[in-house]
Formats: sequence, structure tokens, C-alpha cells
Amino acid sequence: MHIIEAQKLEKSFGDFKAVKGIDFYVEQGEVFGFLGPNGAGKTTTINMLTGLARPSGGTLRIAGLDGIKDIKKVQGIIGIVPDESNLYDDLSGYENLVFCASLYGMKKQQRDKRARELLAQFSLDDTGNRPFKAFSKGMKRKLTIAAGIIHDPKILFLDEPTTGIDVESARQIRQLIARLNAGGTTIFLPTHYIEDAERLCDRIGFIVGGSIITVSTVRELIVEAQQEHILQFWLDSFDQALQSEIVKAFPAVSSAAEAEHTISIRSPEPLDIMPFMQFFDSKGIKVREAKLIRPSLEDVFVRVTGIELARLKKEKEGKK
Amino acid sequence: MMDKALAYWGILKKDMQNYYLKPPNISWGIIFPVSWTLMFFIRSEQAVDIRAILPGVMALSVLFGTTSMLSVTITFERKSRSFERLLLSPISLNLLMLAKTTGAIVFGILNAFIPVLFASFMIDLSGIDWGMLFLAVVFIAITSTFLGLFIAVSVNEVFEAQTFSNFFRFPMIFLCGLFLPLEKLPAVIQPLSYALPLTYGADLLRFSINAEASINKAISILVLVFFSSLLFFLSTHNIQKRWIY
Repeated sequence: MHIIEAQKLEKSFGDFKAVKGIDFYVEQGEVFGFLGPNGAGKTTTINMLTGLARPSGGTLRIAGLDGIKDIKKVQGIIGIVPDESNLYDDLSGYENLVFCASLYGMKKQQRDKRARELLAQFSLDDTGNRPFKAFSKGMKRKLTIAAGIIHDPKILFLDEPTTGIDVESARQIRQLIARLNAGGTTIFLPTHYIEDAERLCDRIGFIVGGSIITVSTVRELIVEAQQEHILQFWLDSFDQALQSEIVKAFPAVSSAAEAEHTISIRSPEPLDIMPFMQFFDSKGIKVREAKLIRPSLEDVFVRVTGIELARLKKEKEGKK
Repeated sequence: MMDKALAYWGILKKDMQNYYLKPPNISWGIIFPVSWTLMFFIRSEQAVDIRAILPGVMALSVLFGTTSMLSVTITFERKSRSFERLLLSPISLNLLMLAKTTGAIVFGILNAFIPVLFASFMIDLSGIDWGMLFLAVVFIAITSTFLGLFIAVSVNEVFEAQTFSNFFRFPMIFLCGLFLPLEKLPAVIQPLSYALPLTYGADLLRFSINAEASINKAISILVLVFFSSLLFFLSTHNIQKRWIY
């Protein structure tokens, strides 16, 4: 069953089309990853799904409701966790959760019980009266997620869940997401983090330039990616002409891309390291390291979106 | 319906706890009216008629208390993105804005009665039409709060909210007829005075305290209802346009 279904969904700002009539669906109970570089239309799409933006065209059905006309009803059954914590600095963890519960019309006893339950579940029950502003980044992230699920939503929009937090908190959050999903919550997961997408998602949609380029299962994407073979060499010197020389010298090579003295050689066929070592040796170039890369979802992302790894890295760092 | 009431109460309670009942704001509520009263005492060369200045001090306390608090808190919440959480909740925009403004209205009403409390120690307050006084205070508080709301949804930064508030507040102080009677204002300026909501609120206050009025009470109330509705409508319209884009 499709719990989210968007058809020809679009959003324009004047002449600029931020989202260009996209079609996609999310199955009930799945974790759907939504990947795209900055400015791809990811945030605008999420805003349309959650009611912070009005679509300029198309249709949207969420849990059987009209996602445009019945948005207030939809907001009652979805949970939203933004990429940055947006709780109240001066309120304690408990007060923040109780307040969020009241927005969903939960009664006092219900609010109190659920808030304490979530604080315990997220290992935040020892925070007492400490104000939210005194929480660590990881704790803030966890409380923001707890606030997003206070009303036990059917669908959870979880934006960049592990951005800017320590490894241990990120691991705990991934476990929490898996637990929530196992409990039947559908999760819509917009992220820059290929690792999160790879570990958590059932299916992934790639959005670039306001259009959805591909939607597929993680397994299919990785199998597809692994049909490509990559060799990576770390060289002590580099000449711009080297890339074209490699492609010329090795007909099986489809591309050779350089980044900071590292050259990545791709081919649809298996590659042998030795001929390349001899090639570099003949050019008087010393190879410091050579490795065979197992293509990952990150490679799929690069291929699908056309975004270089270096830019992706920069975007990730910018986010942090 | 019950759900909506719980959400409304939740927002109001949170705002009270998070903003209005904070010591700096309570002290602002007390210090501001006291300062105004003292200013009139000090500046005046002869004995001040406290009863005559009471409507002015009350009106200014409400005006400054409500517009400052609301415009700043909403702008602040908007900056910290916590306002987004409210917009994403399953309550209608009208109810949300009513919940957000109720705290400021109550704060404004309480502010108005602080000068009355001080005055009660200095002068005889008999003869005041308390019903009308309360009605006038409520209407001034509502209109000023909605003015604060209008300001809050028209700016992006806290400092802009303060500047924009003053753009409205200071002309109102001098043009609303509290300190300079309307009929003594230059003829060209008088229409401007009648375009300001505080003029009508202040006239009601003067009537309730000193039995003087230059505008019909029913007209004043109607005009204040009109201004409140207009400002509320413009504010929600602005939110729909700017924040739910």
C-alpha cells in the first residue's frame, strides 16, 4: 500500500521551477531515502509533503488523505524531525515533550506518560530540569526525534538524522530508526549521508535539479554500481594530461578522474593493477598506494547526480 | 474540539512559562509604568493631576508591553525555527495565532492595571467606570497585540521588529490624543490621529476614568474591533504568504 503518493508534484517560485512535476510513492512501513545535493529541490519537496509549502501543481495523497486540501489532518498523523533542533531552549526535555504532545491534543496523563517513556527510551531520563540549551548536540538530536514521535505518527519525516553528532549518538539514532521502523512507522529520510541511506533505507529516490532521476531499492542500486570496476591510485605527482593518456592506453577504461593526487580509473570490465603500475613507472610517476574499490551507494550517487565526490564532501562539511 | 482546546492551552501555558512570567518581563511590566508615571511627575512644573495622566500611562503600558513582547517572541521563535514546529502541528493557523496572542493580551491587561494600583495609593479612584475601563483595556490590549503580531510577521530579525514597532508606537503616543487633545492638533494631522487605533482606545479610557470623551463610545468599540480584525487578517495572510510559501 502506498502511504505517500505524489503525482506531477511541482513547485515554482516565479519563473523558477524548484520541483518539476515529480512522481513517486512511499510504501507503508518502508524507510524511503531521499537523496540529492543542495538546491536539488529536496527541502521544497519535504515542505510540500509536510505542509510548509503549497504545491503549484500536481496531486499528493498521504495515508489516504488529500495532502494539499486536508493538510491539517495529515499533520496529525505525521511526525516531523527537522535537520536542526527546534525545541525551546529554556524548557527542560520533559517540558519540551509535554508541550509538543499538547499540540496533538494529548491529555495530561497521556502526555506525562508518553514523555517519560520517550525520555527513558532515548536515555535522556537523567536530564531532570536541565534546560534544552544545556544539552549536548547528540542529546538535542535525540530529544528532537523524541518530540517528532511523541504522538506515535504513522509517517516520520526525519531530516538528516545524524548530521553533526558524535559517532556513538549517530549509532544510537540509527538503532532507534530501525526500531521505529520495525514497529510499523514509515520513515521518509532525506539525507546527504550516503552511509545512512545505505544502512537504513529500503528504497531511495534521487532528486537533482527539481526532478527525480531514479527511485530504486538500495540492493538494486548497489548491484548496479558493482557492475563497474574501480581502481584507485595515489600518485606522488600528477599531470593533467595523464587522464586522457590512460583512457588512450587502456581501451577498457571508461573514465579516469583525478582529485588531490588520487586517480580513479573506471571500467565496465575487471581491471588488473599491474599494467597500470607499469604504465605509471614508464612515465616516471611513483605510486604510493593502489587499491581496488568496491563501488558503493556513494558511487551510484555520483553517477546518478553527476555531483563530484569533492563537492558532496564539501556540502557535508558545510552542513556540519 | 477538546484536542484544539488542549493545544491552545498548551501554547498559552508554554508562552507564559517561557516568556511572560520570566523575571525580566515581570520587572519590565512594573518598571515601565512606574517610569512613565515618574517622568510626568519630574517633568511637570506644577503638581501633576494623576487622574488626568492615568489613561495615558495605562495606554502606553499596554501598547509597549504587548507590541514589544509579541513582536520579539514571534521573531525569535521564527529565527530559532521553533515557530515552524507550531506551523507543522495539526491546529489551524487562526487558532495558533489566537493562542500565541492570548499570552500577550493577558500580559498587556495586567500591565495596564499596574499604574492603577500605584495611583490607588495616591488618589481617590472613586467615580471610575470600572466596566468600561476594563473593556477599554481589553480592546487596547487586543489591538496592540495584533499590531505586534502584524509587525512580527512582517520582519525577519528581532532588531527589525523593535525598529518597526517604534515606527508605529511613537507617532501613536503623540497623535492619539492622550497628551495633546485631538482638537489642539494641527488640522492636517487630525485625520492621521483618527486612523490610529490607540486614539479610540485612549478615548474610551479617558471616558471611563475622567468622564471625558470626544468620540462616541460605540464608534470607538466598533473601530477597535475593525482594527483588531484587520490586523489579525493581515497577519495571518502574511504568514500564509511568507512562511507557508
